[in-house]
Amino acid sequence: MLSLRRKDLACQQAVELVTDYLEGALSRRDRRRFEAHLQDCPNCSAYLEQIRLTIRMTGSVDTEDLSEEAIADLKDLYRRWRSE
Amino acid sequence: MTNVQRRRRGQQLHPPSYAPGVETDAELCKRLRDGDEEAFVTLVSRYHEPMTRLARSVVASQSVAEEAVQDTWMGVVRGIDRFEGRSSFKTWLFRILINRARSAGAQEPSNAPIEALRSVDPSRFNTRGQWAEPVVHWVEETDDRLDAAKWSPVLSSALADLPARQQQVVILRDVEGLSSQEVCGLLGIAAGNQRILLHRGRSRLRAVVEAKMAGD
Repeated sequence: MLSLRRKDLACQQAVELVTDYLEGALSRRDRRRFEAHLQDCPNCSAYLEQIRLTIRMTGSVDTEDLSEEAIADLKDLYRRWRSE
Repeated sequence: MTNVQRRRRGQQLHPPSYAPGVETDAELCKRLRDGDEEAFVTLVSRYHEPMTRLARSVVASQSVAEEAVQDTWMGVVRGIDRFEGRSSFKTWLFRILINRARSAGAQEPSNAPIEALRSVDPSRFNTRGQWAEPVVHWVEETDDRLDAAKWSPVLSSALADLPARQQQVVILRDVEGLSSQEVCGLLGIAAGNQRILLHRGRSRLRAVVEAKMAGD
């Protein structure tokens, strides 16, 4: 099965396909190779899960609340912009 | 088109989960059009800091970023009648901001060769390109270790350390929840380029989280 093995992905190649996979940008053939690799490779499956969790954590990155002072300044500007 | 349809079209990935009684952007826009100052204050409270973070990824200094944000609010107040709701308010707002920040002075793009960057440190793989050591399954970690409040400052500073273009794409996609199509439009980049920047950025953030988990 030499030809099939040659088509197999190495982990180092698989990690570079993760975003295209999640974005649905892989060709059907590449997606099948990628998914076949994941099925056999617990490490790359864990890696994909880590990326998914990283995306989720990035989505909950917060900003500070704006200070009362800054809001008051912007209110003053608002009145000026409206009156000009 | 109703406002509800507009919201559905504009906000695809992470529709903001407004608590009951919290006004949507579309409702606030309508009030802003009528000259309602409180609507302005609510929009400012909602978006001023996220806008500053985004502007900071475009320009080289905090003060220029703040000016661009203030300038954007002026554009919003004066131009709200021209906002037709074809995109979400947020996308419209970010478009004004990116344009103003860019004309205020964008950072020089880094000339670091992209080929030199790898998603994962090459030393983690053996000569056949397989993982040399098992990859840790984060999901099996306790919930506490994935706690958002704990990770927010870590990811926030890791984001700020990303190269400018990666930072812009990751902020718009993963923090603000815009679609890839919206982000390509806002930044004027091709879909393939957007995916490369997103890939580099996310890979880098993953590595930071991994290092932090290992260090704990």
